[in-house]
Amino acid sequence: MKKYIIQSIRLTLVLIVLLCIIYPISIALAGKLSKGNGGGEKITKNGKTVGYALLGQSFNKPEYFWGRPSVVSYNAAGSAGSNKGPSNPDYLKEVSSRIDTLLKYNPGLKKSEIPADMVTASGSGLDPNISEQGAAIQIARVAKARKLDEKKVKELVAINTLKPLMGLFGPSSVNVLKLNLALDNL
Amino acid sequence: MNTELIGIIATFLLTLLIAIPLGKYLAKVFAGEKVWTDFLKPLERGIFKLSGINIKEQMDWKQQLKALLTINILWLFYGFFVLIFQDKLPFNPDANPGMSPDLAFNTIISFVANCNLQHYSGESGVSYLTQQFVLMFLQFVSAATGIAAAVVLFKAFRDKTATQLGNFWEYFVKSITRLLLPLSVVVALILTFNGTPASYEGKDQFISMQGDTVHVSRGPAAQMIAIKHLGTNGGGYFGANSSHPFENPSYLTNMVEMMAQTIIPLAMVIAFGYFIRRKKLAWMIFGVMTIGMFMLMIPTLSSELDGNSALAKMGISQTTGAMEGKEMRIGPAATAYWSTLTTVISTGSVNGMHDSTMPLTGLWQLLSMMINAFYGGCGVGLLNYFIYLIIAVFISGLMVGRTPEFLGHKVEAREIKIAAIITLLSPFLILAGTAVASYIFTNHGDAAWAVQPKNWLNNPNFHGFSEMLYEMTSSNANNGSGFEGLGDNNIFWNLSTGIVIFLGRFLPIIGPVAIAGLLAKKKFIPESAGTLKTDTLTFSLMTFAVIIVLNALSYFPALALGPLAEYFTMLK
Repeated sequence: MKKYIIQSIRLTLVLIVLLCIIYPISIALAGKLSKGNGGGEKITKNGKTVGYALLGQSFNKPEYFWGRPSVVSYNAAGSAGSNKGPSNPDYLKEVSSRIDTLLKYNPGLKKSEIPADMVTASGSGLDPNISEQGAAIQIARVAKARKLDEKKVKELVAINTLKPLMGLFGPSSVNVLKLNLALDNL
Repeated sequence: MNTELIGIIATFLLTLLIAIPLGKYLAKVFAGEKVWTDFLKPLERGIFKLSGINIKEQMDWKQQLKALLTINILWLFYGFFVLIFQDKLPFNPDANPGMSPDLAFNTIISFVANCNLQHYSGESGVSYLTQQFVLMFLQFVSAATGIAAAVVLFKAFRDKTATQLGNFWEYFVKSITRLLLPLSVVVALILTFNGTPASYEGKDQFISMQGDTVHVSRGPAAQMIAIKHLGTNGGGYFGANSSHPFENPSYLTNMVEMMAQTIIPLAMVIAFGYFIRRKKLAWMIFGVMTIGMFMLMIPTLSSELDGNSALAKMGISQTTGAMEGKEMRIGPAATAYWSTLTTVISTGSVNGMHDSTMPLTGLWQLLSMMINAFYGGCGVGLLNYFIYLIIAVFISGLMVGRTPEFLGHKVEAREIKIAAIITLLSPFLILAGTAVASYIFTNHGDAAWAVQPKNWLNNPNFHGFSEMLYEMTSSNANNGSGFEGLGDNNIFWNLSTGIVIFLGRFLPIIGPVAIAGLLAKKKFIPESAGTLKTDTLTFSLMTFAVIIVLNALSYFPALALGPLAEYFTMLK
């Protein structure tokens, strides 16, 4: 028994060196070669950091495309979903009021055109993407607020649409942050 | 066919493509045959030398278990103290506080046991030191513990009669050097180059496009996310686990993470067949597991893609499916597939919030964890399946009136008793645990705990009950996912799930290893016309039936009170 205890202690120490020092530091060093140097890729506008490429941001002004509802208000110091069950009455009320908000700010929008992703909170609260339909229903509002041609806005949406991986795998979606940045840069 | 479904099918096929050769490779590694990774031998020799281990020393099954338990208990003490004192230790750039004793108790058991139930949130609850030197460390070694225990079982059935079953330390170290570490490097690099942070920089801050001040938690995440999947651990670096855009940046990384958590459990089954030279038996086991997995996955997929009927009534469009708690870049189909994998295998990482999935999806998630042997966790999945096999051998023996035998060894009263105890343990822990929790919730709602019992549940009615049932089931299965709405960071949940995780981990390791050790010692009986063959289709069906009947009988009432009741109320 005593032998096992001593072996356990020594083996643990050796493995800590291998698994907690050598392994992670090697990966961190390799990560220096990646975009963002392993600290997360940043997005800049006029030389100032305005966000991280992978993290969604809160948008609620009419001239910007809006992202999905977020429980953490897109503050990436934390991350969480709502954890609301599908039959929870409070939750259903919340969704209903989100639908009303969308209808109010997007005149002419029909209920049946609203996709589920625009009125449901994401899992992380930091989802950077919305569905193509979610972008389509906002084009008229954004174009009006920016006094742009709808066609021009539509083009930008198309450019910032993420197609399925290799055209084959997974859903397509629109990156809200990049789309809004492109709008500002017009 | 739509691209979301093609994505799932491609992921599964790619998984098979990697797992099958990996299994053959593992059989060779543990048999000590020549493999291409033998260039790592000097590293292993160094590790053994520094640790004072002589791998030529043979161990019987009792010594194997003693070694296993000794080192696991050591990790419990080591981790517990680091968690409590992490605020006073270095390497804490975000100045996060030390853990309360009950939270540290829960967390350390959870990570030693390969469960990774998390009652803290990664961004605010742990330091970088804890993340790497305790949590990520344990993700490696707990997976290796499970694999090594399974190899002891392999060894018991390789030769006709055996008392010496090899050296535990050798299996354990090789699981790391030949399997977990090299694969982790590959996966971690893929993640890093797709955007997952890997550096040691602390929190960042910026002004968003609309002028909000935003803080961003970062840190060495890619390293941990690689092993959390490969080792079927599941404990995320960030609170939102693999739904966080940093943990799972794109559909590609999502595919990689889904494959990473599946390949080792699959490969272990193949390795078993090649190691004991009974390939047909392994393929039969593999078949039962795969059919079982699909039977749980297909209805999950359909219930998620159908969307939430309550939202449909509001008149909005749910063309892609249910979206609450899911991420747009991943989509509901891949989230549903993941939710099945992460529950049949005991990973417990999530790429969408299980609490917000449809009632029937919750049912399948719970059932997957209750069965816990369709693939199952690293090594331990096979051990769990072995218990079902022994029960099936026993019942078939009774049915045809012969002495039950498994691979040429008589299965007698002692082995059956152990198997029966292990089988009964899960329903006891899950149902008794949920019953106590429900009792406290209804009768002692005002207890002065960190979260008062009356405030435990994030959802009313049946779904609330499911939250408690899920927590206990996930703990017993060493899964670690949760219906995360549950207010679980308080003394009741920390202690109760800690105990359930501990028993649900170590008894189902001790039991099968003991049975295998006892069987291996017995005289080998050559196969004859009277032998009950365990590698036939009929016997596989029998095993499948045993799995379904045992679990249905144990859990139907509890499932009826939770997800089924919620489903029926939503129908009206």
